[in-house]
Amino acid sequence: MTRQIGEVILDLQNVSLSFGGVNALTDISFDVREHEIRAIIGPNGAGKSSMLNVINGVYRPQAGEIILRGEHFRQMNPYKAACAGIARTFQNIALFKGMSVLDNIMTGRNLKMKANIFQQAFWMGAARREELEHRAKVEEIIDFLEIQHIRKTPVGRLPYGLQKRVDLARALAMEPQILLLDEPMAGMNIEEKQDMSRFILDVNDQMGTTIVLIEHDMGVVMDVSDRVVVLDYGKKIGDGSPDEVRGNPEVISAYLGASH
Amino acid sequence: MGFFLEVLIGGLMTGMLYSLVALGFVLIFKASGVFNFAQGAMVLFAALAMARFSEWIPGWLGVENLMVANILAFIIAAFLMFVVAWLIERLVLRHLVNQEGATLLMATLGIAYFIDGLGQTVFGSDIYKIDVGMPKEPVMVLQGVFEGGLLINKEDFIAALVAALLVAALALFFQKTATGRALRAVADDHQAAQSIGIPLNRIWVIVWCVAGIVALVAGIIWGSKLGVQFSLVTVALRALPVVILGGLTSVPGAIIGGLIIGVGEKVSEVYLGPLVGGGIEIWFAYMLALVFLLFRPQGLFGEKIIDRV
Repeated sequence: MTRQIGEVILDLQNVSLSFGGVNALTDISFDVREHEIRAIIGPNGAGKSSMLNVINGVYRPQAGEIILRGEHFRQMNPYKAACAGIARTFQNIALFKGMSVLDNIMTGRNLKMKANIFQQAFWMGAARREELEHRAKVEEIIDFLEIQHIRKTPVGRLPYGLQKRVDLARALAMEPQILLLDEPMAGMNIEEKQDMSRFILDVNDQMGTTIVLIEHDMGVVMDVSDRVVVLDYGKKIGDGSPDEVRGNPEVISAYLGASH
Repeated sequence: MGFFLEVLIGGLMTGMLYSLVALGFVLIFKASGVFNFAQGAMVLFAALAMARFSEWIPGWLGVENLMVANILAFIIAAFLMFVVAWLIERLVLRHLVNQEGATLLMATLGIAYFIDGLGQTVFGSDIYKIDVGMPKEPVMVLQGVFEGGLLINKEDFIAALVAALLVAALALFFQKTATGRALRAVADDHQAAQSIGIPLNRIWVIVWCVAGIVALVAGIIWGSKLGVQFSLVTVALRALPVVILGGLTSVPGAIIGGLIIGVGEKVSEVYLGPLVGGGIEIWFAYMLALVFLLFRPQGLFGEKIIDRV
């Protein structure tokens, strides 16, 4: 499948978010097109994670709107976002530590499970069949991300890089339309970063998933993304293709420091 | 030897009942991080409902059969516990999402007093009896093996069996079903669970409801042993050392903790009691819990708490 960047699927308009007196985001607007990889970059504390948390509904912005496939949301909440096909990973990995890799990924199928609690409790045919179907899908994802060898391991025991991969697997299990990745490569070594870049590109290419990703490693971002938004101190200072952004003087000064 | 086995079995059977009450604590703590102080009150409330409805139903419906009246009363009481769970989630927990543990604990303390009062207002505050037809007479078993055989209390035996079955069923439910997996997910990380589309509110209702049913079964068993009265609330206090011993986050911990305390109590009472003048049974569990708090605060099976510095 060759991917074709499509219409605007997610549109953020004039989003502002503050915590007490601190303005985390000020009047930010940008859009995300279907099937593209959209990066949000910026120095530490620029408001990247806040932006992602607004899209996902963890934070409620004081002003602005989120338009998802033409539907207007004043604010999201994480459950609503999940139902609307938005999945995410977390910067500080939020896996279910006591559970096995397989169980963690299976939780991602929760919204797609239709059997009710009584069918499950009495282990009835419908619930059993459903469990098997979802298990098959999960195995596909496990193969895709090359984590077959750790499927029964409790995630708490895995090294950091693999935990990040399981986090991605759980999000993919939701078969999301939009995937939000919060610093997918933070704390990884070069090899792990290369693997992760490859997975991100493959997900986008083979599954057609729209990806919004945060990263502060410029090199990685420029390689994988189609368009980039640059934030600094909660304001948008650049938006465009990687090359355009790279040449933007404001962006350069935010990253390298300007001579005043 | 025969006598020792009798004490041991007696201890195991009592222990199983402690486990049952402890399980109520563990379920709620795992899923919502709340130490539910109201568990004891729920046991009393459920037992009162059961006792009173089984008393009223024959009059209302003209049902003569004790068995049928009991089953109807059980269904009504279970439904009542569901309503209680739903109301607690709606009116209290929903508004306290992401609050400190201490805040939630205080809230359950409030719930405990409220349920205590409500139960006694609605159902009365006398001593009532629950008669689910458990045999009271003891039986002798293994007469061929030991001289005089082993004396076993049939009522305790059946109660322990019911408790064990319930515990096993719940453990299976938690491990093997999608809802169980969702429950464990919520227990581990609220935010992550929400972001993959697990509805927190529904999960909480389910957990409190299951804890309510566990309270009902515990209430029926203890109620038919001791009579339904206010002191049932303190049965929950007996389960506190059990959860400290077993770990607040572990279902197997609740079971093993209950068995250890049940056996420890009985054995120490019988064999050490005479040396110190008796009465060990009353404080043994708390003593053991204290020792655990000093040397292994997470309990036998609880998750180790490792803080990043």
